[in-house]
Amino acid sequence: MLEMLFMYLQYPFVRYAIIVGVLIALCSSLLGVTLVLKRYSYIGDGLSHVAFGAMSIAAVLNFTNKMIIVLPFTVLAAILLLKNGNNTKVKGDAAIAMISVGALAFGYMLMNVFPVSSNISGDVCSTLFGSTSILTLTKEEVWISGIMSVIVVGIFILFYNRIFAVTFDENFAIAVGTNVKAYNFLVATIIAVIIVLAMNLVGSLLISALVIFPALSAMSVLKSFRAVIVFSAISSVVCALFGIIISILAGTPVGSTIVAADVVLFLACYLLGKVRG
Amino acid sequence: MIVLSAKDLAVGYEGKAVLQNISFEVKAGDYFCIVGENGSGKTTLLRTIVGLIPPISGELKYGDGFTKTAVGYLPQQSDVQRDFPASVFEIVLSGCQNGLNHKFFYSKSQKEMALKNIERMGIVHLARRCYRELSGGQQQRVLLARALCATKQVLILDEPVAGLDPEATEEMYRMIKQLNDEELTIIMISHDIANVKKYANTIFDVNQIPETISVEGGVSTC
Repeated sequence: MLEMLFMYLQYPFVRYAIIVGVLIALCSSLLGVTLVLKRYSYIGDGLSHVAFGAMSIAAVLNFTNKMIIVLPFTVLAAILLLKNGNNTKVKGDAAIAMISVGALAFGYMLMNVFPVSSNISGDVCSTLFGSTSILTLTKEEVWISGIMSVIVVGIFILFYNRIFAVTFDENFAIAVGTNVKAYNFLVATIIAVIIVLAMNLVGSLLISALVIFPALSAMSVLKSFRAVIVFSAISSVVCALFGIIISILAGTPVGSTIVAADVVLFLACYLLGKVRG
Repeated sequence: MIVLSAKDLAVGYEGKAVLQNISFEVKAGDYFCIVGENGSGKTTLLRTIVGLIPPISGELKYGDGFTKTAVGYLPQQSDVQRDFPASVFEIVLSGCQNGLNHKFFYSKSQKEMALKNIERMGIVHLARRCYRELSGGQQQRVLLARALCATKQVLILDEPVAGLDPEATEEMYRMIKQLNDEELTIIMISHDIANVKKYANTIFDVNQIPETISVEGGVSTC
């Protein structure tokens, strides 16, 4: 078993997959806690569908670097969705549902009307479930993911105290003069970046799992915000590593194996939390 | 010294006034209480005072010691907070956020201030505990300690005893009175007129404003 693993590790694409997978898992878990606590869990899902729509536009237009299109689209959608929270005419959940299924339908239609390859369902499937893209990363993509991850983690650490303050009590933060709008904007942008990065790893349908499960696992056993953040980051990285290795050895799809590992960990944490009361 | 004054103020949402013709003055050291029934618009007035919503018309003037960054605010609790995984210390420390300015992390003196205010509220034994495990009265004390970190002069309280049992209510009022005796100006809203009369030195009843037009169903106090 181990020998087989070492053999696989000699291939650069396997090493790339592991490096990028771990970085993405780390980033996605950090803001998951904020999203879950602010009742924004569903936004991750909505945004990933937007990213799918943008991805198909990029594919149809034959862009080699799809991120140029996908990133701005997703960031824009994130800002629109997080902007007003509950004060808009169209309520938050309805707006998310509208945008996400709209983008999904539009994306699939585009891919069918302007097919870029003969295997449309294969393309769609890998965009939705990320089945192979993690193993076909180029060196540049690894670098981009790496740099983006460092930026995301850096920003999160620097603004940790303010993100906590705004997550815990927006009204108090506004009253004492914190620029809450700016921080919501920052959070929205980072989430969009993470989702675009994570599309490579687990595909657009499974991204929310990567964002939400580590946070929920940590929240069911731990009692301080810092501990929750640290635990969710560690558990997310461990699950991603575990999932990638299993998928290599057992030949299962990467994305769903990682998510399965996250689900198992969550169940364990949930039970532990219940037992301890 | 006048901390806050309103003149012909109208407050409400999206251009629709919920309360009009509001005029009052709050002096330094006052225990100023805004009373009124549920749905009378007192929460809207308070939200305007702390700057969460803009006034519709009229004048709201802040005096010395009541700048935007030096107010301690005790909002009503939201659902998000009730199951929030954070320690008491983390929450109280977040009251120092207006002192961060352009720095990223809290200084040693800010952490000491948070500890001091935890002591002041008599919750030292809870400092490491998780917020969501505390009783309603204990949670209010944590939020009060946080408000104290943010202010030196003015404390604004939104129904501080809502949902508390009689004993915790009594305790909360005693604590607020003590803070008032320590020279803090208190601005509070409440519908508990009986208790308020015992403590406050100025009472402003929003139901007794001349020519007030109350829009029914337009406001909620939660």
